[in-house]
Amino acid sequence: MGDVRVIEVKQSVFAENDRRADALRAELKAHGTFLLNLMSSPGSGKTTTLAATFKALRGRLNMAVMEADIDSDVDARAMDELGVRAIQLHTGGMCHLDADMTAQGLRGLEALATPDAPIDLAILENVGNLVCPAEFDTGASANAMILSVPEGDDKALKYPLMFEVCDVVLINKIDVLPYFDFNLERCRERILMRNPHAKIFPICAKTGEGIEPWADWLVASVRAWQA
Amino acid sequence: MHELGVVFYVIRDVKAVAEENDVTRVDCVTLEIGEVSGVVHELLRDAWKWAVKKESLMADAELEIETIPAVTFCEDCKRDYPTVEYGKTCPHCGSNHTFLVQGNEFIIKDMQVE
Ligand SMILES: Nc1nc2c(ncn2[C@@H]2O[C@H](COP(=O)(O)OP(=O)(O)OP(=O)(O)O)[C@@H](O)[C@H]2O)c(=O)[nH]1
Ligand SMILES: [Mg+2]
Ligand SMILES: [Zn+2]
Repeated sequence: MGDVRVIEVKQSVFAENDRRADALRAELKAHGTFLLNLMSSPGSGKTTTLAATFKALRGRLNMAVMEADIDSDVDARAMDELGVRAIQLHTGGMCHLDADMTAQGLRGLEALATPDAPIDLAILENVGNLVCPAEFDTGASANAMILSVPEGDDKALKYPLMFEVCDVVLINKIDVLPYFDFNLERCRERILMRNPHAKIFPICAKTGEGIEPWADWLVASVRAWQA
Repeated sequence: MHELGVVFYVIRDVKAVAEENDVTRVDCVTLEIGEVSGVVHELLRDAWKWAVKKESLMADAELEIETIPAVTFCEDCKRDYPTVEYGKTCPHCGSNHTFLVQGNEFIIKDMQVE
């Protein structure tokens, strides 16, 4: 038996991740790459929204995508078919992505960049849930989430942290509003109660309705990041 | 929640501290966890038992958990109150302009080592 002693640590478990996330952000800024962390529940329309966003940005921004499905590559392949540079991240069953996993993914994306098509905008499709991803800084330049109409207008009440950390909330599937008791104004108020600075864009990813203001926000944010 | 993921982070950090301090064996790790951090203690303990077995440095390490009570502050009446009992709404004045001041922590407090 050795000598028993106590070492004071007093260290936040998230501190190390926060440090790595800040380092990654600084590196991205130096490279002129804007990283958007996109979060949502499963099936809210992330892949469909990314496809519509890609079309709206054509000729304005060079976009690439990292897909973080737990165990499949269907989303990465769907992106590939549209001509979007995409890679699949392996989360190893984790319920969220952290700064290290994101940095690894970015190295994979860098390999797909060329001098005439650099990556201005990298979008990270995070693991589909509204709790865990909100707790870990990925090193992103901005956070966005998609809330779809069938999920209900009370989500900002039930998942406060997610709405606090997001710069943008996309309200998707507005084409089905007539069939749900989803009140767009009430939803907006609840989001702003959690986060007065949130930008809110109602969209229909399927038809592209409402995508233009969102694409404009992305262009302005990326240009500001690169300035 | 991400109890297992969090356990992996704790083990990573404990190993780093152990290395800096010439530790040969970790007997016990004490965590301070906020009351509303969302971490389920039972799940955390199960994940801990499972994960430390794979680590020679800390194969039988115990886990101690201390709770940090959650406190919310009201911006309108400038008073605080216990979060778990009253949630987002201030019991003193009914305002919703409130924010959490503590209770979200997840801290490695200390470790008993040889
Ligand atoms: N009506 C309607 N359906 C939509 C809209 N956007 C997406 N969908 C449908 O919703 C379903 C899920 O869309 P995805 O884009 O695969 O959603 P996702 O969030 O990427 O899903 P996961 O990656 O599996 O979590 C598909 O059947 C889409 O066609 C929309 O604006 N309106
Ligand atoms: Mg998808
Ligand atoms: Zn008050």
